[in-house]
Amino acid sequence: MNKDSLIWWDWVGRHTDAIRAATVEHLRLTVIAVAVGLMLSLLLSVVALRWRWTYTPIAGLAGVLYTIPSLALFAVLVTITGFTTLTAEIGLVSYTLLVFVRNIVEGIDSVPAAVREAADGMGLRPAHRFMTVDLPLALPAIAAALRIATVTTVGLVTVTGLIGQGGYGSFIDSGLDRSFSTEVMVGGGLSVVMAVVLDVALVGLERVASPWRQATA
Amino acid sequence: MSATTELVSYVTTSSHWTGERGIPWRTFEHLRLSASAVAVGIVIALPPAVWLGHVRRGGLLAQSLVNIGRAVPSLAVVAILFPLSLRYGFGLGFWPTFVALVLLAIPPMFTNAYVAVRTVEPAVVEAARGMGMKRAQVIGRVQVPSGLPLILGGVRVATLQVIATATLGAFVGFNGLGSFINEGFRQQDDGKLLTGAFLVALLALLVDIAFGRVVLRITPWRAAPRATKGSSL
Repeated sequence: MNKDSLIWWDWVGRHTDAIRAATVEHLRLTVIAVAVGLMLSLLLSVVALRWRWTYTPIAGLAGVLYTIPSLALFAVLVTITGFTTLTAEIGLVSYTLLVFVRNIVEGIDSVPAAVREAADGMGLRPAHRFMTVDLPLALPAIAAALRIATVTTVGLVTVTGLIGQGGYGSFIDSGLDRSFSTEVMVGGGLSVVMAVVLDVALVGLERVASPWRQATA
Repeated sequence: MSATTELVSYVTTSSHWTGERGIPWRTFEHLRLSASAVAVGIVIALPPAVWLGHVRRGGLLAQSLVNIGRAVPSLAVVAILFPLSLRYGFGLGFWPTFVALVLLAIPPMFTNAYVAVRTVEPAVVEAARGMGMKRAQVIGRVQVPSGLPLILGGVRVATLQVIATATLGAFVGFNGLGSFINEGFRQQDDGKLLTGAFLVALLALLVDIAFGRVVLRITPWRAAPRATKGSSL
């Protein structure tokens, strides 16, 4: 065995259990963050669409959160909520808001006025129209946001490894601590693989969910 | 002691303002590294992007670069370059972080510049040709100026990512603002932790605002469009 090689496959073979556990952990952190981010963004988007003047401050705040470097945000949160999953999730969710809110609002805005009037003419109530007409037609824009948010979150979860909540990030963290490149390569490599797999899965899901049009973005 | 008190007490201690572990030095290092990485990234990314946008080729490359740039976590890039840098004798700290930052800066700059030049109104380009402009003039006087807000949008996104990732460089020995955060974690010193966090956040927000101003100033004929923060295309 060549100890100089960047990946020591022997180590990988002996740590399949840890790798499996990290995969589950990484996936769990990602799915919770994206799901909560999407729910929260839908809520914020409804507010922004109902009361137009709120869109600028909502998008502005989401933009500021997005601009703050992840490690800085996690560091501040650690002093409040400690080295917990909650800290990781608050940070991860806050990074999904900008892309979700912007795409949901713009997606719904781009629903043709004629379609909307037809729905109104058929006697749909606003809430009913929102659920059965506006949202489905905005689906491609929302799906595009979902892909971006998911892939970005998978990458950010490696950073939460630095606050002890990281799935694959914990391999990177410990690899750096011990100057052991195998762990770094495994953590980084698997994170990329997960991002690609989820992205492809979401493209497939979008095709199934909106059969009336080709997937965009 | 509350977190705010600890932050204030850390920042107001005079010894934290001197030496290589002080606030000014680390801020300067952070800026120096970020600026050089962005500059090198611009030199590498923009010329081919503008050229490919002009000849209207390489759409797949632009699309793939965005996807790759998004899927590869910045921490992983920094971390993977660390053992490589040690092995090839570039040491820890500046070099592995620098190379990682340049790599991360390229995709958003390339793709935005490519889209910017490629999507300039064809009629405008035709008109420029009809006026007898040569290829270099069409690029330099028409396509690049028209696409400038979007090109700068790409540089803005790249710069913010570079500043954020330079923070992560602390974990491979780079002595920038991230070092306050790294040491703050290890020494359980909330004052130090928050000092680093606030300085990094402040730096990112100021740079973001500055870019907005510059875009408005040099392209007064149009309001700055939102850059594709990894979206679009």
